[in-house]
Amino acid sequence: MSSPDDRKYTKEHEWIMIDDAATNSAVAGITHYAQDQLGDIVYFELPKVGDNITHLAKMGEVESVKAVSDLFSPIDGVVTEVNEKLLDHPELVNEDPFGEGWLIKATVANAAAIDELMSATDYDAFTAAS
Amino acid sequence: MTADNLKTGLYDTHVSLGGRMVEFGGWDMPVQYPEGILAEVKAIRTATGVFDVSHMGRLYLSGPKASEFLDWVLTGSASTLRVGRARYCLICNEKGGVIDDTIFYRLAEDRYLLIPNAGNRPAVVAWFQRWIDERFSPGCTMEDVTTTTGLIAFQGPGTPELIDKIANDQLSAMRAFSWAESAIQGSPIFVGRTGYTGEDGFEMLVQGNDLVKVWTALTDAGAAPCGLGARDVLRLEAGLPLHGHEIDEETSPIEAGLDRFVRADAEYVASDILQAQMNNGVQRKLVGFTLPGRSAPRAGYSLLDQGETIGTVTSGSYSPTLDTSIGMGYVLERYVEPGTVLDLDIRGRMVTVTVTALPFYTRPRRT
Repeated sequence: MSSPDDRKYTKEHEWIMIDDAATNSAVAGITHYAQDQLGDIVYFELPKVGDNITHLAKMGEVESVKAVSDLFSPIDGVVTEVNEKLLDHPELVNEDPFGEGWLIKATVANAAAIDELMSATDYDAFTAAS
Repeated sequence: MTADNLKTGLYDTHVSLGGRMVEFGGWDMPVQYPEGILAEVKAIRTATGVFDVSHMGRLYLSGPKASEFLDWVLTGSASTLRVGRARYCLICNEKGGVIDDTIFYRLAEDRYLLIPNAGNRPAVVAWFQRWIDERFSPGCTMEDVTTTTGLIAFQGPGTPELIDKIANDQLSAMRAFSWAESAIQGSPIFVGRTGYTGEDGFEMLVQGNDLVKVWTALTDAGAAPCGLGARDVLRLEAGLPLHGHEIDEETSPIEAGLDRFVRADAEYVASDILQAQMNNGVQRKLVGFTLPGRSAPRAGYSLLDQGETIGTVTSGSYSPTLDTSIGMGYVLERYVEPGTVLDLDIRGRMVTVTVTALPFYTRPRRT
């Protein structure tokens, strides 16, 4: 499955896209590849609204039945919203990682930094090689 | 995966079913299929599922001294087991630590089949051979047929009905912990009414070249292919120990709460140590515990009382059947009472857990 080309990707398997350019607001999640590797997801530990998050620094954890993985922030910014639906329905990330299963929204410090991340084509080549 | 790992006769079948292959006990085995661990657990708890457990060992012990030999190396009695029956027990080292846990079947007066865990098979074979050479040769011989045969675990509440449709005999009439011989689509099977899931079920030993045929007969009849991930959740819900987690060479069966599988009235390897532990107690014991939510305890996490570490987690998972998180671990003896409240350190996050009687899950009795 190829990743959608309307957003950018990190080597830590997060995606991010601007959802409101006027306010520098972006939405972020984990990729289809990440959720597939994790298997059934049962729990998220996400940052809180107002938390500062830092590019490639740990911002939370995801647990599947078999494993725990750290979540890394794709950008520098401040969290404005977390996906509350994931508290009761973490499986949304397995079912729709690029849509309903988004993790957080944040005001990004520097929107241009998003352009530095991997394109969908580059990300798919990266996961195919790993 | 490495080229050195062993592969069961179902390896290609697992790959074609989309099984995710991982190394386990020296074998390449499926940890899950595309439906996922939660769906596989549900299949076993509500319908039927099938596991390839061919990575587990198959050892025949035969000869006029086979019973005497097993009575010496096992914590349970072989000589009092009736032909046609099976028994669970431990294989201990001379310190009373657990080399492996096993189910063994009495095939005849002087012949047994014994199932060691995959990764422990070399240690069990070496241990048995040592004692045979020292005390029981030539009256007892051992034959390892692990690589020429296969083993399939067919588990779930729907198994009695389904197995009667595809086997030559009415195997649903079998008692728990008994064995029989039958056939599925012309392939001979040795079948025990045993398992490692807490559900009703059957485990079948087949010849290596019949493995794909018997597996396919079961999946064609509706059994869900299930991997090691689901197997681990299921055994944990059922409170069953896993070697390398709840039991190992440094842990005694008494600490693990397995007293009922240890003979109090016989002489065998480490019997003096085990019987002293039964009489005098042990410092730490295995307990089960639950915690609200879905964040899981994992092996190695600390259990604390008022900031002081008093125990260690051996296994844990989110339990889909109970919809809460569960774990097992060792704690100091004074914390074993069900209802005892402890703290669990989940990667720096302190969570309250409650000691709970095992098993977490008992299957509904059917009338």
